[in-house]
This record gives sequence, structure tokens and C-alpha cells, in this order.
Amino acid sequence: MSALTFLLWVAYPYAAAGVFIAGHVLRYRYDQFGWTSRSSQTYENRLLRWASPMFHYGILMVAGGHLVGLFVPKQWLAFFGVTEQIYHLGATGLGSFAAALTVAGLGILLYRRRFVDRVRMATTPMDVVMYVLLTGAIGFGTIATVAYQVVGGGYDYRESISPWIRSLVFFQPDPSLMAGVPLFFQLHILTATTLFLLWPFTRLVHVFSAPVGYLVRPYIVYRSRDAHRGTGARQPRRGWAGSQLPTRSSDRRP
Amino acid sequence: MRVMAQMSMIMNLDKCIGCHTCSVTCKQVWTNREGVEYAWFNNVETRPGIGYPRLYEDQDRWKGGWSRTSRGRLKLKSGGRISKLLHIFSNPDLPEIDDYYEPWTYDYDMLTKAPQGTQSPVARPKSLLTGKNMDIKWSGNWDDNLGGSQETAAADPILATMSEHVKMEFEETFMFYLPRICEHCLNPACVAACPSGAMYKREEDGIVLVDQDACRGWRMCVSACPYKKVYFNHKTGKAEKCTLCYPLIEQGKPTICSETCVGRLRYLGLMLYDADAVLAAASIENDHDLLEAQRSVFLDPFDPAVIAAAKAEGMADDWIEAAQNSPIYKMIADYKIALPLHPEYRTMPMVWYIPPLSPVVDVISSTNSDGEDARTLFAAIDKLRIPVEYLAGLFSAGDVAPVESSLRKLAAMRSYMRDINLGRQPDERIPARVGMTGTTIQEMYRLLAIAKYEDRYVIPKAHVETARELEELGCSLDTDGGPGMGGPGENAKGPYGKTPGMPLNATVDNYNEMRGGPTTPSSPGRMNLLGWNGKGAVDGMFPPAAPAGATE
Ligand code: HEM
Ligand code: SF4
Ligand code: SF4
Repeated sequence: MSALTFLLWVAYPYAAAGVFIAGHVLRYRYDQFGWTSRSSQTYENRLLRWASPMFHYGILMVAGGHLVGLFVPKQWLAFFGVTEQIYHLGATGLGSFAAALTVAGLGILLYRRRFVDRVRMATTPMDVVMYVLLTGAIGFGTIATVAYQVVGGGYDYRESISPWIRSLVFFQPDPSLMAGVPLFFQLHILTATTLFLLWPFTRLVHVFSAPVGYLVRPYIVYRSRDAHRGTGARQPRRGWAGSQLPTRSSDRRP
Repeated sequence: MRVMAQMSMIMNLDKCIGCHTCSVTCKQVWTNREGVEYAWFNNVETRPGIGYPRLYEDQDRWKGGWSRTSRGRLKLKSGGRISKLLHIFSNPDLPEIDDYYEPWTYDYDMLTKAPQGTQSPVARPKSLLTGKNMDIKWSGNWDDNLGGSQETAAADPILATMSEHVKMEFEETFMFYLPRICEHCLNPACVAACPSGAMYKREEDGIVLVDQDACRGWRMCVSACPYKKVYFNHKTGKAEKCTLCYPLIEQGKPTICSETCVGRLRYLGLMLYDADAVLAAASIENDHDLLEAQRSVFLDPFDPAVIAAAKAEGMADDWIEAAQNSPIYKMIADYKIALPLHPEYRTMPMVWYIPPLSPVVDVISSTNSDGEDARTLFAAIDKLRIPVEYLAGLFSAGDVAPVESSLRKLAAMRSYMRDINLGRQPDERIPARVGMTGTTIQEMYRLLAIAKYEDRYVIPKAHVETARELEELGCSLDTDGGPGMGGPGENAKGPYGKTPGMPLNATVDNYNEMRGGPTTPSSPGRMNLLGWNGKGAVDGMFPPAAPAGATE
């Protein structure tokens, strides 16, 4: 195993995963105030109304697809009667639909970020970095899929990439699995890894606060003024000082 | 019965002169920051008019507030929980910034820095969103004093519901001012719509707040509030709203808008209510019954059973006493002259209004009749359908009876007190005609017309024995969670832009913090006098000194 193989397919993914987890924990603890989707809908709605749902529904489907493709071993699916052919059809069909939605949505979002003055002015350097990597990852993924799956004969990543990912998850890394993987899949994986590395420092943290709790909590939330104020001296200032979240158990109905 | 206390406000519209002092002082305290330039926690709109944000009362379009399903249950007009989450990626009912107005500043530097020439220099308006030149087409009170109303006022959603068409011609119209803040509703739609549970109603005083740390910028509250009193801070990506100046209220002091009100027309005090009864009252079928339903939720602070229940809930004696002395309780429950704004939104608003008699008086005076004569006034209230119906569209879901009753009481007070002031024998038949006595009329007069400071504001201090020292409250604006945090300033140029990190104080409240030096100027080369601590000259205050030896 060459040093480069080890670096790219073992060291880098682990480093990215470490930063991803630690970064989220730290940011959640210290930067609640910065944790937001930072909606730009009040600036511009005509394009966003289409682009954002297209992109989000698309990317969530894509994410679901990746979970199945990467983490569910081929044999398990086969056990449930999902044959190679069905899987390929499903993955390519559904996947292409989701990808088309995502890419179209992303295209409009990027256009908006670049050409709508108000939105451009509100774009931060970190947004730019995030968008470059996000577009890279989605772009390489799409190229790989079109080149190898749709046009080409079909590449069975479930024999190489998926076991490689699982080997990382189970801490028995096997980088040799990645050796023969086609270029665009490799590029896709590397940009995605970089995106994950920077994820906790971008607006993408909003993904982890998806408000599913809304479905079950009472409509009207009451909180006591004392409950989250603590006692004694002034609260620590925001910034790199700890910020405590009031417990949600105090969201209660009279 | 679950007794809760609500800090509430009443505004006496007859006295409002539309000076916007309340809006300006509120802005200086709470929203003179980047990201909320366009937000007015307090705004004063001229009615008839389309309001701020434009046409906010058109709930067919904005879907604010609650609606009652055919099965008698309350549902957010904008949709249930699942539909809210499905629409989270783009909120279909969200007003754009242009529905408020595009915030701008002027290129003032041009006035001093333009090279000498034949034309006088002008300061062009520059958009605060894009920095480019812009044409000012609308603002927070563009139709102030019916300016341009011939073109816009016909769109007023309240006029649209009226049977008679009101001509917006100068001689035939009527006009009054409607100052508005957040209603701190008993059944707040904003709180119900917040997917992350960041908005809450305080158990102690019912003030509705946004937890700035828990808000994730899903912007559902903005559209759910039928009064459009939650604003999206487009720089921080968090929702902000009127806080009822809780740091002042906690110290027993009135809000900034009340304190500075030129007409001295705002009243603050507690209302006790039964929290268990709110939902049923808000779900009552007929819109016209909502006013009575809301009144029935309020509890009599003199009733021993209520007092016992309040004590059982842990309410302190001075709070119960404050509820008994509350001017709000007198005007809502005793005199019954105050009415809620748009009860049909079913949020149970808690900023109430005494409807203005002035549109009626104006008409009488213009015909050279006696505007203080009881009979003339009563007859006019009966006859002048247009202003009365319009007021009913605002304050009682279109039911003219409560508005008429309230106006008749004001008219009775007017003519009864005139006799007294002129040293004549007062006519006891006048109060009798509106179901009052001379004594109550005089009490009401003291509260409404004399309006002493201590009668207007009956605000018990917050109990902090278990929490922390009162002296420290002066700084609660800049603790975690207060919008008074002051958004990050000019020098917050981290990789995330202007969102997280150490904020720079930008409000006058954080004055103490500024003792060391004034805030960064809002544009380079200029200095914001509002942030000046009065000590010494500061960069940007004067033009740079001419270099030594230079001659003029
Ligand atoms: C899981 C649930 C998610 C929710 C509830 C959610 C919600 C949102 C919301 C409300 C916005 C603001 C839209 C606006 O401007 O008004 C947003 C923006 C954005 N989201 Fe998500 N999101 C989710 C997942 C994701 C995922 C998985 C990704 C990508 C990996 C993503 C990427 C983005 C990006 C790039 C933007 C910025 C769009 C722009 O204004 O240019 N989101 N999201
Ligand atoms: S008026 Fe205030 S409390 Fe009522 S729904 Fe609007 S923001 Fe919420
Ligand atoms: S300060 Fe008072 S009188 Fe002036 S506009 Fe505001 S409410 Fe009306």
C-alpha cells in the first residue's frame, strides 16, 4: 500500500470524520447564536420558491440513496429479493431523478447567489467555500453516474466503495478496495470528504437541527423567566464562552 | 383554573397625534442595528391606509393567525405541523423585504466632499441591502397622514369589507392613527408556528420572546403572526420581535414607547387570566363572540377564589395588588371602553385600544354643530356609519355594537365633564344613558384625560429573590438571548460573515459598555453621534485637520 493510498483513503477520511464530529460538538456548545439556516428568502423569493424545495427534496433523496447504497451490504438486499438488476434500475432511475432535481435546484441557487444583488451581498466567504465544495461533490457524483452508470456499462461500487466505507466504519480500514475505482468516483469522494471536514464551520450545520420535534411538542410554549437566566453575575458574553440551552422539558403546556 | 398574569397595554387612540416619537425611540433602543433596519417593533400607521408591512391585514394572502376548522378545532391558518415542515425549505406565506420596504441611507459624504462646481451636491439614497443607488418608492409610513391615499387606501383590507364605499377624497374622508406593537397574545400564533420551539411566552408576565440561541431561522413565526410583528433579522438569520422592553418592565418601569409617548396615551398593567380557558375561548364559533369570549377569560382580581388560586400558583402579594390597581383591568372590565385589535385572528391579543371618537367629532364640528353636546354626539354615532363600521372592522371583527358602546361612553364623558368644567350643574341623565354613574365617569375622566403617570403605569417589579440582583438587570439587553445583544458590528468579519462571534454593541442601552469609546462609525469616515459618549473628539467627527503649514 503506497503512502498516498493510505493518506487519501484512510488518514484523510478519519481526519475529516474527527473534525466533523468535534467541530459540531464544539460549535453546538459555543455558537448557538450562529446556528441557523440564515434564510435569504426575505431578499428574493421568486427563484428561491422553486430552487430551495427542488434542491432540498433532491439532496435528501440523494442522501437516502447513499445510505442504502453505501451502508446496506449487497447480500442483505439480496436477502430481501432485491436483485442486482432491480437495484441497478432503481438506483439509476430514482437516483437520476433525484440528481436532476438537486442539480437544477442547485443551479438556480447558485445563479441567485451570484446574480441577485441582495443575495450576493449577504454571501459570506464561508458560503462561497461551501458552495464550491458542494457543487464539486454533486458535480463529480453526477458526472460519475452519467459516465459509468447511464452511458457506460455500469460500475458496481457496491463491490468496492461500499465495503471500503464500511471498513472505515468498523475501524478495519482497507484502502486497497479503492485502488481500481474510476477517477470521477474518487474525485467525488475526495470533494465530499473535504465538504464534511468543513461542514461544522458552514451554514450546513442547519441540517442537524431539522425540527422534527415540532411534530410532537405542544403548540404554545411557556418558559419561566428564571429558568434560563441562572443566578448571580452577568451571563458570559457570546463568542467563545459557553452558552447553555434551556432545557426543552420546560416547554410545557399549562 | 390556572391563574396567570399578563402584562398588557392599552392605547387611547383619541390622543394619538401621529408624531412617531414612540417608533423612533423604540428603534433607537432595539432595532438600530444591521439586519433589522427595516423593522419597526413599534409603528404608527394612518388609517384608513394599507399599513406596515403593506396590506398585512389581508389574511387570505398572508395566512396569519388561526382559523377554526369545521370540527371546531383551532388550526394555524398557514397549515398544520406536517405541512409546515414540508414547506420549510421555502415559506409560501413569507413577506419579502419589499413588502416592508427596502432600507436605505443617503450618501451624505457627497455633501461635504463633493468638489466645488456649479451644481449643489446632492445626497443620493443608497440601498442598505445592495449599496447601490435606489429610488425610494415605499417606507414604513409612506401613506402617513393619508399622503397618496387616493392611490393606495382603496386597497385597505378593512375598507374592502365595508358595505359602504368610502370616498378617499380630501373633504369626505376621516382619519386617525393606529400605533402598533406586538400584541403579546394569550394564544400566540408565532409561538405555535415556531418549528424549533425557540419562541415562548413567559410564565411570569406573558411577554412573548424569541430565544436567540435556539432560533434556527426557519422563519415560520414571521408569516404566522397576523399582525406581522415578528421580523427576520437578515444578517443574523434569526427572528426578532418587540420584547415589551422586559428589562424595564422587570424593574417596574414602563416600556420606551410608553415612556416617551407625547400624547401620554399608553397604559400598562396586569391582567389575570385563566390559562386553561384560553383555547376554548379562542375556538368559539362566531367571530362576533370572540370579544366577549376573551373578556370571559380574564379573572376578577378582587374575587377571593381568584386570589386564593393565584397564591396557590405562587403569585406574590404585590402582583395581586398590582392586578387590582391595574388601569387595564378598569378599562377592559369595569368601563368596558377598550377593545382588542382584530379579535378575529383568534390569537387573543393583549394590546387593546380605546377607539377614537375624533372622526365623529370632526364631522360634527365641520357642520358647525356642538361637538361636545351629548345628544348631538349620540345621534352622530348612530348616524355616521362609515367611521363606526371602519372601527368595528379593526376592533370587533365587524360588530358595530361594542364600538358604538365604547364611543358613546367617551361622548358621555366629554359632555358630562364639560358641564363640570364650566361650573354648571352636571346632567346625571348623560351617564345614565350609557349605563354609568357620574362617579365612574369622573374616575374614567381622571384615568383617560388627566392620565397621571402613576395611574397609567401600574407595573410590579419582577421577583428575583431566587434569581439575581436587580441592579444587574440594566444589562439584560446584552445577555444571551436578547435582541439587544446588538448584532455583530462592522468589524465582525469572521469566516461566517456577520453572524457569530463577539458582537459589537450598537444600541444606546449598552451605553456603559461604550464608556471606553464610541461605537464604530456606521460608515467609514463618519461617526454616529448616537453612539458618542460626549467625551472628547472622535475620529470622523470633524474633517481631518489640515497638515501643518498648509494654507487655505
Ligand atoms: C434536513 C433538513 C433540512 C432542512 C429543514 C433545511 C432547511 C433549510 C432552510 C430553511 C434553508 C433556508 C432557505 C431560505 O433561504 O429561505 C436552507 C438553506 C440551505 N440548505 Fe438546507 N435544509 C435541510 C437539509 C439540507 C441539506 C442535506 C443540505 C446539503 C447538503 C442543505 C443545504 C442548504 C444550502 C446550501 C442552503 C442555502 C441556500 C441558499 O440560500 O443559497 N440543506 N435549508
Ligand atoms: S402579535 Fe406578538 S404574540 Fe401575537 S402572534 Fe404576533 S408576534 Fe406573536
Ligand atoms: S408617541 Fe404617542 S402620540 Fe406620538 S405617535 Fe406614538 S402613540 Fe401617538
